[in-house]
Amino acid sequence: MQKTFDFFVPYNRFMNEQGQLEQALPAWSRDQKRLLQAYETMVLIRNFDQKAVALQRTGKMGTYPSILGQEAIGVAIGQSMRKDDVLIPYYRDLPAQYLRGVRLVETLLYWGGDERGSCYQQCPEDLPNCVPIATQMCHAAGVATAFKIRGEKRAAVVTCGDGATSKGDFLESLNVAGVWQLPMVIVVNNNQWAISTPRKVQSASQTIAQKAIGAGISGIQVDGNDYFAITDAVQNALEKAHAGKGATLIEALSYRLGDHTTADDATRYRSKEELKAGWEREPVQRLRQYLVTQNLWSEDKEKALQAKSADIIETVVQEYFNTPPEPPESMFDHLFADMPATLVEQRIEAKSLAGYTDNQPGSHH
Amino acid sequence: MNVAAKSATTDASVVTRKVTMVEAVNMALARAMHEDENVVVMGEDVGINGGVFRATVDLREEFGLKRVMDTPLAETLIAGMAVGMAAQGIRPVAEIQFMGFIYAAMEQMVSHASRMRNRTRGRLSCPMVLRAPFGGGIHAPEHHSESTETLFAHIPGLRVVIPSSPKRAYGLLLAAIRNNDPVVFLEPKRIYRASSQEVADDGRSLPLDTCFTLREGTDITLVSWGAMIQETLQAADQLAEQGISAEVIDVASISPLDMVTINSSVAKTGRCCIIHEAARSNGVGAEIAAGLAESALFDLKAPVSRVTGYDTVMPYFRNEMHYIPTVERICEAATVLMEEAI
Repeated sequence: MQKTFDFFVPYNRFMNEQGQLEQALPAWSRDQKRLLQAYETMVLIRNFDQKAVALQRTGKMGTYPSILGQEAIGVAIGQSMRKDDVLIPYYRDLPAQYLRGVRLVETLLYWGGDERGSCYQQCPEDLPNCVPIATQMCHAAGVATAFKIRGEKRAAVVTCGDGATSKGDFLESLNVAGVWQLPMVIVVNNNQWAISTPRKVQSASQTIAQKAIGAGISGIQVDGNDYFAITDAVQNALEKAHAGKGATLIEALSYRLGDHTTADDATRYRSKEELKAGWEREPVQRLRQYLVTQNLWSEDKEKALQAKSADIIETVVQEYFNTPPEPPESMFDHLFADMPATLVEQRIEAKSLAGYTDNQPGSHH
Repeated sequence: MNVAAKSATTDASVVTRKVTMVEAVNMALARAMHEDENVVVMGEDVGINGGVFRATVDLREEFGLKRVMDTPLAETLIAGMAVGMAAQGIRPVAEIQFMGFIYAAMEQMVSHASRMRNRTRGRLSCPMVLRAPFGGGIHAPEHHSESTETLFAHIPGLRVVIPSSPKRAYGLLLAAIRNNDPVVFLEPKRIYRASSQEVADDGRSLPLDTCFTLREGTDITLVSWGAMIQETLQAADQLAEQGISAEVIDVASISPLDMVTINSSVAKTGRCCIIHEAARSNGVGAEIAAGLAESALFDLKAPVSRVTGYDTVMPYFRNEMHYIPTVERICEAATVLMEEAI
């Protein structure tokens, strides 16, 4: 038999688990301000994320999906995207959204049951969080098609988890990204778990990156806990998209150190040993060790950063607590541009029945 | 494209042509694409083939590949991409080849298209149209003949519009494309080429969220939409011969539903028969009957009745004529209502 096609899947990382370099860093990494912003954002987001979990645990917020351990991916995306690119997130993209201008209070409002959490005034074209798995992939293909129709050199950046790669939406979107050469960057946060289903039960494909091959686009696997590796991959993919050279699938290997959401209990299905091993590979500590060896970071700076993060988070939480809910009739006000007559009647009914407000943030049931 | 038969109109630039419904759809698409460069057409085989029913014929030649896009064969993708494009200010008119294949697109319509404006508090919106031919009566294979419009009618944030003639196809499709929110536009393929009508390509749209009274009457209100309007109008003719004066209402927008027009008609006639091809239970007919029970009960001289498809799987075409309501069934139901009158 003859060989008709062959492929290999590249894997990249620059920095090992101890923050030591395995290969020379790319030129962009000489930007010290950028490295410090990356680290400071990771720390702020990690602390904020843990605060969000605490708010849910104490009944002050709804179900929340922690991003613990996956901070490097979002930071890489948020730092690399241009302002006029569009982010089409799933629901574990807090660092990317934060760097794009989504306000932390909006994140609390969203998970606290308030639609205004998706107003995103600083990045008005970014799509809101996407809960139905992989459906956002199709939106990204549409956003990228809009850029292509208008001849704009912009890119659509879309994210998903490893579980999403089993869905038709994922494969259909990858397929069209290939055949239409769309300016898309697809970042799969392969955190090894889709609720209780481990990566190996999700697919027999040796890598997720190789799913790109079947769609005729390039796929790369990187250590998603290595800030340099994931950033370099996202940057290269964005450059390619901006140059009109098509889409890239990036499989970022990470590990979900938390539960799937606050409604989940991962101790039911994964071992303490596995979790412990996960903590040894996590991205924040790794980048800090690198910065320390470069004399860019110190104990004092760390203390100051922790204090500053705590202040920011406290302010945000207070703003969340102090935001009264929208009036009940708001459920009618944004459904259509022109409200149909039937809704006008129902709106009057809802407004007249709502003589009470016991759904303040902070009194969540 | 069909030969344009020009006729004199007040505006010399307006072309009036005698067209079938599918030609009227094509005419509206071309008009909308001319007036707004953000309008694009996408779907399976919509390009060089002009769509399997030829609804998009010649559009690719006129507007180019960037605005008339043959998509991969993936209905979820078609709807989902339209959502993403619409969020960017493009106005996609996406075609699902047959309604039997629309279910893969439902998640995108229900979870995203219908909600984009609401969930972003108006920051983003979804001005897309999802077109699909639907209904039975053309001896099509399995999965090509169902009428499941009620599935979409139940979804807040979506409009569901169904034309019943070439003129209404032209005017309603233009309105759907110009509307700033998502519209599911279902085209009854049984009447795609059943008859022709003079349609002026004047860019005038017809109102959405509004019923059309096609025929005035005093004894009974016949409410229907889509292809069944044909049988309903014929039934009205036959009833007239029996001395029964039937008012015929074309619902046209099955969601949001214009109950004002229906209620006021029934207030006049006191009798109502709802005719639809879709299965009977939990359908739009039930919603209309409920609306009448809420608002017009004391105007009724007889119970509300429904003449519909059965709560069965749409039979294969050897038996489809036994499923689709007939003129006889409508006349019989109307006659019973006249006899039952209090």
